[in-house]
Amino acid sequence: MIIFTSCIILFLIGFYAVVAKRNLIKIAIGFAIMEYAVNLLFALIGFKEGAIAPIITKLNVPHNFVDPIPQALVLTAIVIGLGTTALLLSFIMRIYEKYKTLDVTEIKRLKG
Amino acid sequence: MIFLPLLIALPLLAAFLIPLLSKLWKPFAPIIGNIIPFVLFILALYGIAIIQATPMVVYKFGNWPPPIGIVFGFDAFSAFMVLVISIVVFTGALFAINYLKHYTGQWKFWTLYMLITAGLMGISVTGDLFNMFVWIEISAIASYALVSFGIEREELEAALKYMVMGEIAGMTLLLTIALIYARTSTLNLADIGNSLQEIKNTTFYWSILGLLIFAFSVKAALVPFHFWLPDAHPSAPAPISSLLSGIFIKVLGIYTSARLIFNIFGLRRENAPFFFNILIGIGLLSIIFAGITALSQNDYKRLLGYSTVSQVGYVMLGLGIGNFYGVAGAILFILAHGVAKALLFLTSGSIVYATGERDIKKLGGLGEAMPTTAWSFRIGALSLIGLPPFVGFFAKFLIALGAIKQGFLWLAIVAIGFSGVTLGYLLKIENNVYLKKNNSQAKESPFLMRVAMVLLVILVLLLGIGFKPLMDLVIQPATDALLRGTEYINLIFGG
Repeated sequence: MIIFTSCIILFLIGFYAVVAKRNLIKIAIGFAIMEYAVNLLFALIGFKEGAIAPIITKLNVPHNFVDPIPQALVLTAIVIGLGTTALLLSFIMRIYEKYKTLDVTEIKRLKG
Repeated sequence: MIFLPLLIALPLLAAFLIPLLSKLWKPFAPIIGNIIPFVLFILALYGIAIIQATPMVVYKFGNWPPPIGIVFGFDAFSAFMVLVISIVVFTGALFAINYLKHYTGQWKFWTLYMLITAGLMGISVTGDLFNMFVWIEISAIASYALVSFGIEREELEAALKYMVMGEIAGMTLLLTIALIYARTSTLNLADIGNSLQEIKNTTFYWSILGLLIFAFSVKAALVPFHFWLPDAHPSAPAPISSLLSGIFIKVLGIYTSARLIFNIFGLRRENAPFFFNILIGIGLLSIIFAGITALSQNDYKRLLGYSTVSQVGYVMLGLGIGNFYGVAGAILFILAHGVAKALLFLTSGSIVYATGERDIKKLGGLGEAMPTTAWSFRIGALSLIGLPPFVGFFAKFLIALGAIKQGFLWLAIVAIGFSGVTLGYLLKIENNVYLKKNNSQAKESPFLMRVAMVLLVILVLLLGIGFKPLMDLVIQPATDALLRGTEYINLIFGG
């Protein structure tokens, strides 16, 4: 239970970085932390103490298997995370070219 | 049922082919980008026809039975969403052919456009929670890129704001999926529904529902999570604004939450009145706050953006009322607003194309110079306000009727009364842009752009005149599909 709770705390640390930080790169890092927190949570959900990989062979005696689905989900989530991080960083690069700053408080031409 | 995966496979195939082949033959991208939405529209009509006979069509990937494999579940509500998506996507594509003339890298636009379409279709038909998340992310990432398509300062800023909010919602959704999986050990929506019925009304049940509603309200831009929308939707090219405001936020936010609340969590107004009152509260807040903010806007597209937030509030209000008329009104409102708002954003694109100006104080005299655009705007606006012969009237009428039947007379009065605010901000555009005298030299937009607008005008008129068959064939089955509640689970497993 402590392990699950610490994943949620890690998620909240990332959330804090996204909401409260002024530097765009730190916001991108915040997203990465949120994403890893969820991936870690997924991996821990599938984990069982002393279980083996779910590959069935003739030699298998009755045994506990690790749940394989969360690992597949984490793989998919990592790929999606790669896409979002790449897009976010390319936005930040373009914004830096146009505004010459990474401070979010100085990037506000839209109002109303 | 082979047509279900086709809904997704066709746009995905087009998204794959466009970058490869448009290098060889430039017109390939716009041609395929228009053919695919038209085919999807035919498939959507076929879907409506099928749904009259069977309540649910289930497609099992690789023939694995439901809890093991991924399934697509196509019921009347999905059929309805697929129909609205294909209409808005098709007219937007038709409009984009000429509109994009001034942009470079057109094939990128069409690739992303097809990816958004595939994502929206996927969300509407999927019967698997993680699969739904993947489609949401596909369409969302494509939309972030399209909002910044002009790569000017404002567009980049709007896209960044949009992406930060959208990804907060996406990550929250992923966290919620992890929590649900930890408890139920399944990702199939129907199977999750079964497990949730056993732990109904526990703290866990309400907290995951709360997290989901938070994530979907951000995606649907409901007040107080709306502030990214009036920046993001106007910054995109007009066909994309029309797609995003017309249907995108409703699929990502409204369809998903309605499906989960009614069919998976099995909530009804009878067994959870407090929760449905919260939905009414969110809806009212959006209608009132965004409606009043829209009145003070001077940017054509930004005003329409606030109007979208306000109108999506009506859909949430209808769902929150929760009886047959309220939900039917909400569903009809998705169609009515989707068509009308898509039309209004296309007229804004027509104005920007002709004049290069979005500030309504600087525009003027376009009613005579651009008659097709002006009359398209007027008819779309009348439907949005909710005047009797148009389809928007029936949607608002049903929501008000539902409110009265549920004993909320004041709610019906507020809902109808705020049509006055809608009238107010749309008249502001009408007065400044179309009626004000000004020796404008603007030319009417090219033929295909006018065709796209006229198609939507015809649709607004037809849907109003043919309200009775529309109600019988499309809206009523969709409402029944939602109000069927957890019966959805048995249909998926039985299919």
